[in-house]
Amino acid sequence: MPEILKAPLVLEFPFTRSLGPVQSAFLSGLRERVVLGVKTGDGRTLVPPVEYDPVTAEEIRDLVEVGATGTVTTWAWNHEPRRGQPLGTPFAWVLVRLDGADTALLHALDVPGPDDVRTGMRVRVRWAEERTGAITDIACFEPYDGEEGHQPAAHSGEFEDMVTGIVAEARLDYVYSPGRAQTDYIRALSEQRTVGERCPSCRKVYVPPRGACPTCGVATAEHVEVGPRGTVTTFCIVNIKAKNLDIEVPYVYAHIALDGADLALHGRIGGIPYDQVRMGLRVEAVWSEGGRYPDHYRPTGEPDADYDVYKELL
Amino acid sequence: MSGDATPREIAVVAFAQTDHRRTTDELSEVEMLMPVLHGVLEQTGLKTADIGFTCSGSSDYLAGRAFSFTLALDGVGAWPPISESHVEMDGAWALYEAWVKLLTGDADTALVYSYGKSSPGSVRDVLTRQLDPYYVAPLWPDAVALAALQAQALIDAGDTDEPALAAVAARSRTDASANSHAQVRGSVPQGDYVVRPLRTGDCPPVGDGAAAVILAAGDRARELCERPAWIRGIDHRIEAHGLGVRELTDSPSTRLAAEKAGVFERPVDTAELHAPFTAQEVVLRKALRLGDDVRVNPSGGALAANPVMAAGLIRVGEAAARIHRGESDRALAHATSGPCLQQNLVAVLEGDPR
Ligand SMILES: [Zn+2]
Repeated sequence: MPEILKAPLVLEFPFTRSLGPVQSAFLSGLRERVVLGVKTGDGRTLVPPVEYDPVTAEEIRDLVEVGATGTVTTWAWNHEPRRGQPLGTPFAWVLVRLDGADTALLHALDVPGPDDVRTGMRVRVRWAEERTGAITDIACFEPYDGEEGHQPAAHSGEFEDMVTGIVAEARLDYVYSPGRAQTDYIRALSEQRTVGERCPSCRKVYVPPRGACPTCGVATAEHVEVGPRGTVTTFCIVNIKAKNLDIEVPYVYAHIALDGADLALHGRIGGIPYDQVRMGLRVEAVWSEGGRYPDHYRPTGEPDADYDVYKELL
Repeated sequence: MSGDATPREIAVVAFAQTDHRRTTDELSEVEMLMPVLHGVLEQTGLKTADIGFTCSGSSDYLAGRAFSFTLALDGVGAWPPISESHVEMDGAWALYEAWVKLLTGDADTALVYSYGKSSPGSVRDVLTRQLDPYYVAPLWPDAVALAALQAQALIDAGDTDEPALAAVAARSRTDASANSHAQVRGSVPQGDYVVRPLRTGDCPPVGDGAAAVILAAGDRARELCERPAWIRGIDHRIEAHGLGVRELTDSPSTRLAAEKAGVFERPVDTAELHAPFTAQEVVLRKALRLGDDVRVNPSGGALAANPVMAAGLIRVGEAAARIHRGESDRALAHATSGPCLQQNLVAVLEGDPR
């Protein structure tokens, strides 16, 4: 079997999220080195705070200030920190019940090794130097030898210049492989050929092939070379310039049924004024120097195709 | 199930799964999925056009692509149009939706499938994207780290220790020797810590795979399968999303789901538990009150093969297959989703008396 294509694929997405009143107070508080919790109907203090009681689902708003010191309720030793985690050196993941709270907060604990952490140990917040109103305003926790003593105190939850949103940055890295059928298709394109696959059941030729006939639900494997000429089955005129796309608007984007294919693929039409493109126009692929796929399709000069020839492919 | 009207009887009548492997570069998702779809259709003699409802489970974050499930639909023959749905969850939840659809009488048969390719990305990082985006996800705690917190809580509570966890790992992989589909089989070293107290042996293999089942109602099930695995009850429940709010050493949601599904009405002989980490089996055995007489994960479970989004559906399929083969009369199947057993589905499957 020829080698399967692979390529890195990086997904990055900064979601902008708004905060409710409770989360807004909590994250604004962290920026000011104040840790807030919220009281539930049965008098428990939740830290980090949520807007709805996890037991009764009632809305809760009763904010209290709790300590920046607390007790480890469980831990795990992370000897190989990963991208994005709070510390770049080996650290312990900890759940910490802050003094005055009834629930625990997840964060990192900065200690030299696993022998320096245990459930029940006392810790305190180490604040980040630059704080923006995010959970990372707590840089991490560090050991603390004081006793528990903090009582929760009522807090208005009001701060100057409240934080009302966060940007949730994410990045995921993949090494993407398109599988056998699409590998074959992409390889053929690099030789300026277009290859489809025929369904063994309904005999339709799919371009680009994805390895399955969507009508019959069976694997396709028989290679069929299609084109290089084809027929415009339908089209649209694009008037909005896309980011990073070096094409003058307006231009025409069309469905093109390559000769021998039973499915139209899409591509840009060039070499003809945009307002002269029409259904039935005969076109052929134009490859740019060193290009790995057709840059666009241009008129062949042949007479237009009869509607009856391509009507099934619309 | 309780109520005035007798609900329709619904059974799992066929099950197929791929050989689960570390990588399947040569296959697209649909190419990986098609053999199992054909497998369950062949077992029942059904054609695509005979299926009343189709439901699938998968994840765009695993695929690295939006609407990735639509490409997999090519494998089911979705033209002319079919009645179809999708859950961005493990296929066990797709099975739940299909079961409800059959209960309504809208369909007599359902095809349920799910798949996941973990090999293109880093599944430890990918799974961080299902966490609370305000307080947790910005810290990037990976799936192993969160499972390790739960394991340490169990050790602190005296519910288990590292040798006991190693024994869970060893038993699972030994049992998997008899499962030709499993990814990790036989004697496997417990290895070094990944995130202490969890070692490589305590963690599931990362791999690619797919599974499919066919459900059928009443007499249709009897026509399609010699010994249908009747779903006597199925329920799913969820814990609070805040990890620090939960009691990590217990799984009240699993227990409640089991109660609602009727698990505790009579003993089960088999339990297929979706416990990707050894310590989670300790939690589930306790929550489900499973005694030593119950055969737990004869397939090897998720420690032997954990195709994300399919591993839970495979638990239902494995439990059903044991009933089909006459190796079980009353089996429990469990599926989980989310960190530290956040969401739990429990089904009770029974064969007709012999
Ligand atoms: Zn076909």
